[in-house]
Amino acid sequence: MEQLTEILKLEIVRIAIGLLAVFVFVVLNALILTWLERKVAGHMQLRIGPKEVGPYGLVQPLADALKLLGKEIITPRNVDKPLYFLAPIMIFIPVMVAFVVIPFDSYLQVKDINTGVLVILAFSSFTVLSILMAGWGSNNKYSLIGSVRSVAQSVAYEIPLLLSLLAIILMTNSLSLKDVVEAQKGLWFVFLQPVAFIIYFISSVAETNRTPFDLPEAESELVAGYHTEYSGMMFALFFLAEYTNMFIVSAITVTFFLGGYNGPFLPGIVWFLLKSYFLVFVMMWFRWTFPRVRFDQLLNISWKALIPLAFINLLITGGLLKL
Amino acid sequence: MTVTPSSFIKGAASLAAGMGVTIKSFFQPVVTSQYPREVLTITPRFRGHVMLLADPENPSKNACISCGICLRNCPSGSIKKVEGEKREGEKRKTATTYILDFTTCSQCGICVESCTTNALGFSGDFNCAGFKREDFLFDLVKEFDKRKKVS
Repeated sequence: MEQLTEILKLEIVRIAIGLLAVFVFVVLNALILTWLERKVAGHMQLRIGPKEVGPYGLVQPLADALKLLGKEIITPRNVDKPLYFLAPIMIFIPVMVAFVVIPFDSYLQVKDINTGVLVILAFSSFTVLSILMAGWGSNNKYSLIGSVRSVAQSVAYEIPLLLSLLAIILMTNSLSLKDVVEAQKGLWFVFLQPVAFIIYFISSVAETNRTPFDLPEAESELVAGYHTEYSGMMFALFFLAEYTNMFIVSAITVTFFLGGYNGPFLPGIVWFLLKSYFLVFVMMWFRWTFPRVRFDQLLNISWKALIPLAFINLLITGGLLKL
Repeated sequence: MTVTPSSFIKGAASLAAGMGVTIKSFFQPVVTSQYPREVLTITPRFRGHVMLLADPENPSKNACISCGICLRNCPSGSIKKVEGEKREGEKRKTATTYILDFTTCSQCGICVESCTTNALGFSGDFNCAGFKREDFLFDLVKEFDKRKKVS
């Protein structure tokens, strides 16, 4: 019994420290990504991004955060108060849970749950729920339409996401992320499953509502969207959640296809962060290259192109493994 | 939506081409000039505010003979007063006062074109900010004298 409490205390302390580190990392990551987005956007448009606030504009995200903190939170009259206020907080839940299982290095994983993949996929449907709550609770018909479209998009793209990951899981025989990374010590899975990689990356760009699939957000630039009625800090929470989601999705892609923390010379975590941020840069590259996909084209891409392709890939993988 | 292999390949190639364009411009040098920190080069035909030009035969004097043609031709009536006097020993009149209300000037250039002695020109000065309306009632003769003293 004493040994049990000894072990429990140590494990809980370790997990608590891990969660704290993850939280700090999430905040830092959001700050860095807002800066990176504006700089990348600037240079791709032959201009410099922010440069006045701090050297190379590095203090700009901090200035933005201070501004948003000081804004008045305007609540429209007939909003559904529990839904309206819970939505921006709930949108962080899948992200935090996903961070728990991601292996940053062979010893830097908060908890290696042995059904890690299932946890990530199951909790990513929380984003859908929170967007629905935001749209419905705003008591605004445009928000509702925007959020319903976003839900349709998320639901449609979760299926190719799952199917392409299934192909990897068939190869590793394990749902734990650590095993997936360990199995890539020799050869990264992207060379064995290039089709799955492409399907997975496209689906994950669609899941995070990034261009070219950002109709739910673009509506907020053009007409309205699920976060119209949110002002100040709550709006900031939605955007922070988007950037954190971008990183999570890139991190999972790296874990499954690009070898995770494997790499010569440098420590594992450096390789992991380099690869993840490279994929984040590719997502930003997509944003400033491609026009927005129309909503019916968006759903067609998922249902008529990606899902059949993912099924065929799964079939071929299963067949080849059997031989 | 019918996807044939050839249309798929063409589509994918076009996506890749688009990404190539963007990444190329990512590494190209920036074209904006950082204005307050960089001095901009003003092209010769730039239209700043109107100024009096020097007489080519006698560079210490301006070429205005206060005939008043610019005042009559200005479409917005920005030139308020053009007065001059004939001094001893000189064949032409000399301008003593030339009031231009820059708040209504549109830099159309009719005064510059219609000037009989080519005494008017555009300066390259674009930093004309002021705090009150009276800051923009330019006396061009005084400005000319100030410039002469500086150079």
